[in-house]
Amino acid sequence: MAYSKKVLDHFQNPKNVGTLDKSAKNVGTGLVGAPECGDVMRLQIQVNDDTGVIEDAKFKTFGCGSAIASSSLATEWLKGKSIDEALAIDNMDIVEELALPPVKIHCSVLAEDAIKDAIKDYKEKNQ
Amino acid sequence: MSKKLIYLDNNSTTPCDPRVIDAMVPYFYDLHGNAASRSHPFGWRSEEAVDYAREQIANLIQVDPKEIIFTSGATESDNLALKGVFEMYSRKGNHIITLSTEHKAVLDSCKKIEKMGGEVTYLSVDGKGRVDLAELENAITDKTIMISIMWANNETGVIQDMKAIGEICAKHGVLFMSDATQAVGKIPVFPKEVGVHLMAFTAHKMYGPKGVGALFVNRKNPRVKVTSQLDGGGHERGMRSGTLNVPGIVGFGKAAEIAGKEMQEEAIRLAKLRDRLESALCEQLEETYINGDDKNRMPHVTNISFKHVEGEGLMMTFNQEIGVSSGSACTSASLEPSYVLIALGLGDDLAHSSIRFSLGRFTTEEEIDYTINEIVRGVNHMRNLSPIWEMYKEGVDLDSIEWAEH
Repeated sequence: MAYSKKVLDHFQNPKNVGTLDKSAKNVGTGLVGAPECGDVMRLQIQVNDDTGVIEDAKFKTFGCGSAIASSSLATEWLKGKSIDEALAIDNMDIVEELALPPVKIHCSVLAEDAIKDAIKDYKEKNQ
Repeated sequence: MSKKLIYLDNNSTTPCDPRVIDAMVPYFYDLHGNAASRSHPFGWRSEEAVDYAREQIANLIQVDPKEIIFTSGATESDNLALKGVFEMYSRKGNHIITLSTEHKAVLDSCKKIEKMGGEVTYLSVDGKGRVDLAELENAITDKTIMISIMWANNETGVIQDMKAIGEICAKHGVLFMSDATQAVGKIPVFPKEVGVHLMAFTAHKMYGPKGVGALFVNRKNPRVKVTSQLDGGGHERGMRSGTLNVPGIVGFGKAAEIAGKEMQEEAIRLAKLRDRLESALCEQLEETYINGDDKNRMPHVTNISFKHVEGEGLMMTFNQEIGVSSGSACTSASLEPSYVLIALGLGDDLAHSSIRFSLGRFTTEEEIDYTINEIVRGVNHMRNLSPIWEMYKEGVDLDSIEWAEH
């Protein structure tokens, strides 16, 4: 199975790898997947208190190249978006952008879940 | 060394030795006859070539040439041995014992046999990948006709105690079949010495061509018979019909001859390179585990888990240059990690983190040193990206987290 050029680019030079302070009030953390399944994604967003815009996003992922590329792409897309815009990101957008084969669609689903999980965490902190 | 490809996946298939190719070439040109054509020199010459190859192969495993049945490969040989014995000995019993760590060619043949009314016991292995002999003996019933246990495992290289298993089979009057695909041509394999009655192996794992294999079938004490699974012209003493693949068989013979001469030296050289690879990786990378019995195993194989790194992702860091394979689910369509490693008691997470390195005749020290650097770089890259590695380093107990299984 050959990887698409975009998957390779994200894999070799992943964007926004890192860790935000998960205890900060304006940071939402999503942790999805399981080591037993071979995929764990942690995706974090930092939301600007005044504008409500996601001003930073970071990830770390244990998984195959497609999982890493999906989460790297997700963090790129998240930056500059409002919460509502972020919620609209669909896994199939990721599939299309990265040209993921059918066997790798679950990687994009995981990325969408991670986004939603991070937003949920942020909202719970800021009710 | 920039863009030269490094091949460390010799358990999947070996390259053809140039000497093997040279031996085969004439049989694509002038010597093109059908070995079953008894009426002209074209046929006679091909038959002679097949007879010679049969001898070369028989010599390698110290059996009578008449006990070698040519097939299309080890998968067919496994199918023929298992289904052929099941059919032939149906009056004696219907029970077969095998291991959960066998190759799919054996396991899926057994599944088919179950559908045909057979009973199969799939024994597990210990943490080192070896079968428990007492458990094996206890599994034998008065319906047991055959025990099928692989000589050496394809994923871990772990070698079973063939002699002890052979003794158990002899004691109970049960046939002993072995898939020796990974062992023949790499280590001394003498079926008669250990009481193996049927043995499957193939050319393309010992520097011969793809598409040709053999089944050893014991002829005396006991005289073993298998019901043919391919019917036609009655070739191979009626056990396997089909025009013989003469060039392939000639290449198989040559590969066997070379293996017989060079195996010992090669095994020593490869074990040294393998140990060099293994110890460097274990020294330079923490949380690195060798899977399977490190005493009883093939000299050219190592299977290593790099904790908190997913195997396919890791391979992607270097697979533009280095060919290995992984027990990770992601390399297959099934999404299940290696059943062989799971049977050893590895958690799914460690199975997902495994890489198999299988060295071969053409592996050089320079390649191994290059590989060590690339793997170390790759594992560090992946751990830097891994949230569970970060948690592990922070002292978080990963078992305490409620993971969302998906």
